[in-house]
Amino acid sequence: MTTYILRRLVAFVPTMFGISFLVFLMLYFVPGDPAQMILGVDATPAAVQALQVSMGLDQPFVPRLLGWYGRAVQGDFGRSYYLNRSVVEAIAERVPVTLQLTGIGLIIAILIGVPAGIIASVRQNTWIDALVMGGAMLGLALPGFLLGLLLIFFVALPTGWFPTGGYVPLFQDPLGNLRSLALPGLSLGLAQGALIARMTRSSMLEVLRLDYVRTARAKGLHEQIIINRHVLANSLIPIITVIGIVAGVLLGGAIAIETVFTLPGVGRLVISAVKRRDYPLIQGVILFITFSYLAVNLVVDLLYMMVNPRVRYS
Amino acid sequence: MTTTTVKPGAGGTLRKRLWRPFRKSPTFASGFVLVVIIVLVSIVGPWLTQIDPEYMDFVSILQPPTAAHPFGTDEFGRDILSRTVAGSRISLIVGASVTGITLVLGLVLGLISGFYARVDAVLMRVMDMLMAFPAILLAIGVMSVLGPRLENVIAALSIVYAPRSVRIVRAQVIATKQNEYVDAARALGASDARVLGRHIAMNSFAPLVVQETFIFAYAIIAEATLSFLGAGVPAGIPSWGNIISDGRAFLETSPWMIMAPGALLAITVLGVNLLGDGLRDLIDPRMRS
Repeated sequence: MTTYILRRLVAFVPTMFGISFLVFLMLYFVPGDPAQMILGVDATPAAVQALQVSMGLDQPFVPRLLGWYGRAVQGDFGRSYYLNRSVVEAIAERVPVTLQLTGIGLIIAILIGVPAGIIASVRQNTWIDALVMGGAMLGLALPGFLLGLLLIFFVALPTGWFPTGGYVPLFQDPLGNLRSLALPGLSLGLAQGALIARMTRSSMLEVLRLDYVRTARAKGLHEQIIINRHVLANSLIPIITVIGIVAGVLLGGAIAIETVFTLPGVGRLVISAVKRRDYPLIQGVILFITFSYLAVNLVVDLLYMMVNPRVRYS
Repeated sequence: MTTTTVKPGAGGTLRKRLWRPFRKSPTFASGFVLVVIIVLVSIVGPWLTQIDPEYMDFVSILQPPTAAHPFGTDEFGRDILSRTVAGSRISLIVGASVTGITLVLGLVLGLISGFYARVDAVLMRVMDMLMAFPAILLAIGVMSVLGPRLENVIAALSIVYAPRSVRIVRAQVIATKQNEYVDAARALGASDARVLGRHIAMNSFAPLVVQETFIFAYAIIAEATLSFLGAGVPAGIPSWGNIISDGRAFLETSPWMIMAPGALLAITVLGVNLLGDGLRDLIDPRMRS
């Protein structure tokens, strides 16, 4: 188990190298010069050139790339052009917001999706099933940013229970923190909950028609026990797969939700970094998100092993 | 589109065969109706509204819905209805183009990748890398390189979603090429191209078509999200994401600015998803309840 985890972590390295190379390559060809953007259109060519030299932008591609890799392996991802601080600091400051937002989104998605899917499968082809699946179809059709705006207009503004934007740190005011993340979490999680509900339902239906379920019924087991112990336990693999996919999607979805609710998270950081051509910051944030993505995949694979003893990785 | 769902040997007149998917799958039928409505809106809508979506009427800014402007006006006095209708064209163009491009890429790269193990190793590493970060982030990155233009949105989203269709086709090819009839074709001296084109490609087509309907829906949502974030279609062009982005600042006082484009966006995605669900049920009899 430990060796498996270690081996998977080692396998992150080539992926991260490949991705940072791709990002570096892309940024190298991006039109627009960061030095010119920092100094503005009125700057003299000499001043722009001087800044280019001090930022290392005059260097050819290969030395720049190798220099960046050399510093990155030591944990130094450079300094942001605009925020006047190191990239690591800038990201670290915003990670809690995004982590909390995606965490709440994931919990909401699971809390909505799994029970809804179970109920729909147990009551297959009844009005309950139709209601749940119709609701899931609608949920999938609403993009997160639109749902966020609708929640602000129909819930936050009339009731005043939730702020329309902004973030309250957890340790400063736990209740305020929860309130500031409730609607963003719901906007982020609802569509993914719909996805989980659909997968849970179809996975449960596959198992419900198996012979051992009939046997369990025939020997007079309580329906509740059949559903929980026999059906749900054996439908978990596809459900966990889709939850893993959902966790990754939430990381991306957070970008739009943070913008709608003006939350100071990693997603908004990457948008502003892209708009300002803040190369070191773009590199850092993309690598961070890629790492989180890979870590989520690893956790999903570990969960497989836990729910299904037949799955063993060598 | 409908002919792919008809089982070979299924009898009846042409009319009966065309009707079969509609009778068998209400999901398919309702999705089809919604999609047809949206397509009609995008084609005849601009002709019906008769107002230039770019025209700024400064005496009637931020007006709530009236007879002259059924969905109100924005902060420049532009008519929301005609802008929303114009936006449907952009969404459908993006959806259709991304679907077409990923369909071709999926078929070509997927067939090659599934058939030639050596190419497969390289191609799949590239696909893995493209899928190693969130779709919207990749799209934002590609857009920052290419610049804000409609063609670039289509290119960026094609890059983002192509790996999904490539994988579907590849998996299908790997499963199909084990079949004895492929060996038989080979024994009769068929070339690689003939085996791939005649015997394998046909089998990967049905799952690919289902996947492509979902890519159509993803692409429409992604374009709206990108434009909303200011990283998609240039601001000012009436795409649904841009109209909603404009309306965000006036949400409290002029909510009608986001309602029409939001509703049409949701209806379009709903219709396409229903169509895809229906197609999948029709193709895979196991899923029929």
